[in-house]
Amino acid sequence: MEQRILMGNEAIGRGLVESGCSVFASYPGTPASEILPAVLRFSGETASPMHIEWSVNEKAAFETALAASYTGKRAAVAMKQVGLNVAADPFTRAAYLGVVGGFLVVAADDPGPHSSQTEQDSRFFAQFAKVPVVDPASPHEAKEMIGRAFALSEKYSIPVVVRPTTRICHARQDVPCGEPVRLGRKADFRKDPARWIATPAFLPKLHRTLNEKLDAVAADPDWAPRRMSGDGLGGRPCVVASGVAFSHAFEVLEDLGCLDRVDLFQVLLPHPLHRAFIEEINSRYGRILVLEETYPVIELQLRNGKALGRTSGHVPREGELTPDIVEDVLRRFLDLPPVAAKAAAAPGRRPTLCAGCPHRAAFYAIREAFPQGIFPSDIGCYTLGMNLGAIDTCHVMGACINQGAGFYHAYAQDGGPVPPTVVTIGDSTFFHAGIPALVNAVFQGARFILVLLDNGTTAMTGGQATPQNGVRADGGAGPAVSIPGLMRACGVNFLQECDPYDMDAFRRVLEEADRYVRGPGGGVAVVVSKHPCILPAVVRKAQAAVPVFVTEDCTGCRHCIEDFECPALLQDEETERIRVDRDLCIGCGVCLKVCPAGAIVEA
Amino acid sequence: MRQQIVISGTGGQGVLFVTRVVAEAALRDGHPVLTSETHGMAMRGGTVISHVKIGDFRSPLIRRGQADIGLFLARENLPVHGAYLKPEGRAFVNAPGAGDGDALDAAAIAGALGNIVVLNLVLLGFAARSGSLFCGAHVLRSVVEGISPARQRELNLEAFDEGLRHGKK
Repeated sequence: MEQRILMGNEAIGRGLVESGCSVFASYPGTPASEILPAVLRFSGETASPMHIEWSVNEKAAFETALAASYTGKRAAVAMKQVGLNVAADPFTRAAYLGVVGGFLVVAADDPGPHSSQTEQDSRFFAQFAKVPVVDPASPHEAKEMIGRAFALSEKYSIPVVVRPTTRICHARQDVPCGEPVRLGRKADFRKDPARWIATPAFLPKLHRTLNEKLDAVAADPDWAPRRMSGDGLGGRPCVVASGVAFSHAFEVLEDLGCLDRVDLFQVLLPHPLHRAFIEEINSRYGRILVLEETYPVIELQLRNGKALGRTSGHVPREGELTPDIVEDVLRRFLDLPPVAAKAAAAPGRRPTLCAGCPHRAAFYAIREAFPQGIFPSDIGCYTLGMNLGAIDTCHVMGACINQGAGFYHAYAQDGGPVPPTVVTIGDSTFFHAGIPALVNAVFQGARFILVLLDNGTTAMTGGQATPQNGVRADGGAGPAVSIPGLMRACGVNFLQECDPYDMDAFRRVLEEADRYVRGPGGGVAVVVSKHPCILPAVVRKAQAAVPVFVTEDCTGCRHCIEDFECPALLQDEETERIRVDRDLCIGCGVCLKVCPAGAIVEA
Repeated sequence: MRQQIVISGTGGQGVLFVTRVVAEAALRDGHPVLTSETHGMAMRGGTVISHVKIGDFRSPLIRRGQADIGLFLARENLPVHGAYLKPEGRAFVNAPGAGDGDALDAAAIAGALGNIVVLNLVLLGFAARSGSLFCGAHVLRSVVEGISPARQRELNLEAFDEGLRHGKK
């Protein structure tokens, strides 16, 4: 087989294509965003036609792929871990009803977290939903597990969760690539009301069947944990590990020359934990250490009060298990001298909106217009508006609109003035979860300004198109869904569009929106902040570049650095004056309006 | 052959591209390779790091004090990621003056070539010339040639060659 360097997410995509997956749906989110482009590329390369879509959200993705499985075809859905929260409703019921064609739920966890709002463990979620979950320890293994997980799903007619973590998703490795299997299945949905409708009367039986499936999976020899060192006789300490924590543990033990001092087990399928393995570990070993991310899923299933891990406090209860931490834990477990204390690393540089980002202009204008405002916001690049003091909350996808409504009702019932509330949401987030929220806010009589930061893309995760672009994942044309049309259909009566680069005009629109909100018959006022994301070179080239220059009038007050935070404006250490980094500046010209001394001018 | 390399920089500097070049070079040279990259919000101008492990490894991450080589595209990352290096490890640093490991003003060289973005390949060429990398400069160069987008290829090769020229054995 041909060896290729694949990112974990690409290996998963390759595995899906090679396993004969027919329908694949996803919503972008770090660390899962690269799976869909890989599925697309490999389905093309291997001439394996598939339906591949960026769905509007994870629930839509999940239900679309699940129905495809009902027709007997293999289907899969991929998302980041918190995306599974959005799809929780179909996920938990899918376990009871089961599947026909193999159905995989790829939920990418983010211990740390590096780029997420929680570091929740999807293996725990799989346990809650009562479905099996597999936990790959490398990109290579992730690809291999996809085919095996499809087989498992079909053997027991059950959804199977594939749970990679960031360090698998965003690792690269040489991975063998083969030819896809050609299943040649035709869609064949067989009606079965007791199952596909499953009113409560049918559920106890379905639940019993589900429990029996889990018992069978927990006894399946194909998925029993593997012993990777030692002799299995019980005379040595025992380390049980899964996912990338296993890989860290193996390598650390090898480097310490201790691989043969322990019995090291790799758990491939953390839930349901293999029944005979639980008995073997508990009866044979006196000293047991469990290494897993991020919650104690294996540890709790062992039901052994003496096992050491996250519940016993021997493994940190939160945060990523880096190999440095794994080494510390293993040294303590094996009574080895600790590593000499290392000096703390300096903090790195925080991320910031790009030079020329239209969001910066919008945020600056919002904060200038409403210095006393409350600013609920949401998830995307624009969360970086916090650096400009222009967002006050960021919760979960779509929450900002509901928060705007909640703030309004809480203040309004006191009878006093309601602080200006400006909600900011991106276009992709609006499609994802903003529409029901907007309907509700309008209908319940909330009053606030909603600024739709419309840059025409899902910028944070790599620039995936949204339904308003009229471009599908495979580049084919779809009907463009109009955001203003949606807004009006949600009952919005104040709707204006403005390019935030024209900051004066943008501010006037905001003030007009505020008058509407407070006026008789006011409600939700929508301002569409319209300017494309400037990350694509083609956008930057298409727009006028204003040559910007800082005069000697600059007082070094740092207003443009602290309150505007353009990375292309730097303070000269010697003169304390601001200078323009020509390599970063794209000439958006917004900063011309920002300098209190008028020192930033057009050259 | 076992070699561990950290590549440290700021989001947008091309850390990921250098990571890919090094990983592909390892594959061409017949070595197993594991890398780990930074994606997500940090790519918007925040501090980013790639780990590259060439040879027989299991974990995609490098422990502190274990890296043989560090490529620092941003000099201010030395106090952030310098601790990954072994005491005898070599740091190749994009910095205008001496004093920071093996320093080269890669940004100025890239700027003179017409695009500061290629400082990543200037620095890679510079490190390749030292002979301390796991493979010869020609392997890296052929990967740069192979995986660069067509309109970028010439500039990328120029940048790599210019780095090589400034390097020392």
